[in-house]
Amino acid sequence: MYRARLWSVRHARPLEAFYQRVEKILIRLHPLFERIGYQRLEQPVAATEKVVKGFLFDCRMCGRCVLSSTGMSCPMNCPKNMRNGPCGGVRPDGFCEVKPDMRCVWVEAWKGSQRMREGASIESVQIQLDWRLQGSSAWLRVAREKSEQRLVAKTP
Amino acid sequence: MTFNDEPPERGTPLPIRPGHSSAGRLERVLRAGNFAVTAELSPPDSADPEDVYARARVFDGFVDAMNATDGAGANCHMSSVGVCALLSRVGYSTVLQVSCRDRNRIAIQGDVLGAAAMGVASILCLTGDGVQAGDEPEAKPVFDFDAVSLLRAVRIMRDESRLLTGRKLATPPRVFIGAAANPFVPPHDYQVLKLKKKMSAGAQFIQTQYCFDVPHLNQFMHEVRALDLHKQVFILVGVGVLSSAQAARWIRNHVPGVHIPDAVIERLERASNPQDEGKQISIDIIRELRDIEGVAGIHVMAYHQEHTIAEIIERTGVLEDRVCWYPERDSTQASVSASAK
Repeated sequence: MYRARLWSVRHARPLEAFYQRVEKILIRLHPLFERIGYQRLEQPVAATEKVVKGFLFDCRMCGRCVLSSTGMSCPMNCPKNMRNGPCGGVRPDGFCEVKPDMRCVWVEAWKGSQRMREGASIESVQIQLDWRLQGSSAWLRVAREKSEQRLVAKTP
Repeated sequence: MTFNDEPPERGTPLPIRPGHSSAGRLERVLRAGNFAVTAELSPPDSADPEDVYARARVFDGFVDAMNATDGAGANCHMSSVGVCALLSRVGYSTVLQVSCRDRNRIAIQGDVLGAAAMGVASILCLTGDGVQAGDEPEAKPVFDFDAVSLLRAVRIMRDESRLLTGRKLATPPRVFIGAAANPFVPPHDYQVLKLKKKMSAGAQFIQTQYCFDVPHLNQFMHEVRALDLHKQVFILVGVGVLSSAQAARWIRNHVPGVHIPDAVIERLERASNPQDEGKQISIDIIRELRDIEGVAGIHVMAYHQEHTIAEIIERTGVLEDRVCWYPERDSTQASVSASAK
């Protein structure tokens, strides 16, 4: 929803804090997820994620969530799927070149990032998407990948 | 200008100097500290090579490289790869423009290899206009990469001699990598960070959107210098040629991302000869740009006004005593002295 999406950017700071907490919980739930089986969880979690993030961010389920690096403005709403900042066509009033009735996703992202504690991550380079992940749960992926990374880090 | 290690045969590449990424004249000119001039060549709606050469010849002697646009404004024309291959064949220095709108990573990486094999030494990585901007709005927009992830991909191909998948390249594409910048659109205070991001992804030179507002560019360059970015990247500022107030208004309203101040339009309106005034505006802007610290050159985009570029560059004096290389430049002299004997 467009209005909810703009609200989310205005509240990027509390949402960032909320997301960081959710991430910690997800990582802690990794053993449980493993026991149930990530594959079995995929469908229900992805469906939930789609509803929640769909409402808050107009999430497109790219499967590789970067909201924390984009001021809580989902870059997949950009008609050019820009994941690294605005294109050169932003209108003088901050609206989109392609959809003149929509605020530029990246004008919003920049505003959101400045409200965030770790907003400077808007500067990090995002690589091209893996399109096979579209429709899958980014939450579960974070839980699994970050837990595995920690495991690797701990192994001498 | 001629380098002391010019290849004996026209159309063969220059040697790559230590510390250089490419065999291109553009990189040579910039690294030598010259004020560089590039121009945009609009590829023809034609399959005849002569149509490409005719468009190139109008720039002879006045540009260090020509950019061949890639479906500019989301309209179909001869491909940038095709144009650059034809021009490279006779020794011209070209900048291949790659837009993310029409091709995915498989096609683009292949094009980068193909273009480099045919002699292209510079590549400008762009996101590209949306399909709605052109005459085929029903087309499927691709945008598999964006400009930044594309820059990174080309840099990986060149520096790590591999494709994104990790598959090894027998010979990497030796290219000088460029990106665009548009300091004239929102979010204004983010634009310098976007430039920095493009540099960290691989950009070595920048060609900006049209600059008709020098004070605004000055502000941007001030931010660039504050971060010392101008010492790590060559910035070529975009220059346009306006033919009338009406044309200026049309560009401002229809071409995405172009900012033309009212004062410029009023100046054209007041002029008794708007054509000449348009040229004078470009000349005034170029002279101002030359004196801005961190501006390494200009990129002239004069759609339908290409014939005016030579005169404009000449009158600004930015080339000083340089005559940019072109295929017949040295051979005309040679043939004159030969016929004298």
